[in-house]
Amino acid sequence: MTRKKRRLMVLLLAGLGLGTATALTLTAFQDNLVFFLSPSDVIAQRPTGDRAIRLGGLVETGSVERRTGADGRPAATFRISDGPNAISVTYAGVLPDLFREGQGVVTLGRLLPDGSFRATEVLARHDETYMPPEVADALRRSGHWNPSQGAAPPAETWNTAPRNGRSGG
Amino acid sequence: MDHPPALTTGTTPHRPAGPRTLHRFANPGRFLRATARVMPFLWGASILVLGVGLAWGLWFSPPDWQQGETVRIMYVHVPMAWLAMGGYTGLAVLSVMSLIWRHPLADLTARELSPVGAAATALCLVTGSLWGKPMWGTWWVWDARLTSVLVLFFLWLGHAALVRAFDDAERGARAGAILALVGIVNVPIVKFSVDWWNTLHQPASVTRLDAPGMHVDILYPLLTCALGFTLLFGTVVLARTRAAVMERRVRALQFARARREDAVPA
Repeated sequence: MTRKKRRLMVLLLAGLGLGTATALTLTAFQDNLVFFLSPSDVIAQRPTGDRAIRLGGLVETGSVERRTGADGRPAATFRISDGPNAISVTYAGVLPDLFREGQGVVTLGRLLPDGSFRATEVLARHDETYMPPEVADALRRSGHWNPSQGAAPPAETWNTAPRNGRSGG
Repeated sequence: MDHPPALTTGTTPHRPAGPRTLHRFANPGRFLRATARVMPFLWGASILVLGVGLAWGLWFSPPDWQQGETVRIMYVHVPMAWLAMGGYTGLAVLSVMSLIWRHPLADLTARELSPVGAAATALCLVTGSLWGKPMWGTWWVWDARLTSVLVLFFLWLGHAALVRAFDDAERGARAGAILALVGIVNVPIVKFSVDWWNTLHQPASVTRLDAPGMHVDILYPLLTCALGFTLLFGTVVLARTRAAVMERRVRALQFARARREDAVPA
């Protein structure tokens, strides 16, 4: 029994040490572990030089302007917002299918001297809500949710809503 | 020829086992007899629940308002992710049993578990990549969630390789158990990476403090698929462990016969 207890103590101590070391390491590398910076981070840190950074946030409602660039490729200008701050982004290329106003996006690019951002890559984030189209339509029609204004209302208000007897997709 | 295997006979190996302890199943004969009875039911339940879950998810559940039909990848991706993490937690529990109580069946189960866990993690990564391309616009990014799951995959592979890398099976099991316990720090990192750091991967939908961010018509087939895949995972691991016990028995019998023939030359 004592040998088992000793082995248990050794395991617990080793686990405690390993856990502490991991927690300290992760805290120390916090800045390197984030995938993207929010507009507030970018404005506060003003990343200088030619280093490419990732800027992420929600596409601000009413800010998207799509046009055709000089070379005939599609281009877009929009603002990425995290609430208190927003940064204007220009991007030449095809936007992902999920891109829309109110959608989360992560862009890779460089901050220009005038404070705007030139993106070379735009990735769409999707949020953690999953709902059938009928339920999303019903929420929109009833005025409970406008997807271009931001996140869906609290899940308990819709996640058991009937789908009007339709079955299957 | 390698060392005589530890699990050889149908009698209690090296200590009297109380009827209520797990050591009861350290007796391989009793383990084989007890599991033989439940195996057909486990296979039946796995196939039934998984069949219902997959049919429900892939055909009879609604698409997502935003992702369309692509959302159906979730019915495989999410159960595989849960099994990758849950299975690894199981591996850590087996490793504790192995290191503290020297439970021989824990060693054997851990050895048979890791290739199955590696397969589940690989499926999670592959389905995630196939889902990421149409939705995010990329097959892969080095964000905290994706990277930590890749590390989990390497831990599974590392364990599977390490326990097989020793001539002495017991030393292999000991090394593997230590690796598995060191790797357990990665499981909370996988789980909470989406909350601790911002990632391209979205946060959890089902295991949230408030209501699941998922309509019940999508949630219920997902939970059914998860139960079905979990049953199948457990059944496959149990079947592999039974096979390993029987393999050892065969080897022990061959070993014993070889020794008899050595002793009495024909």
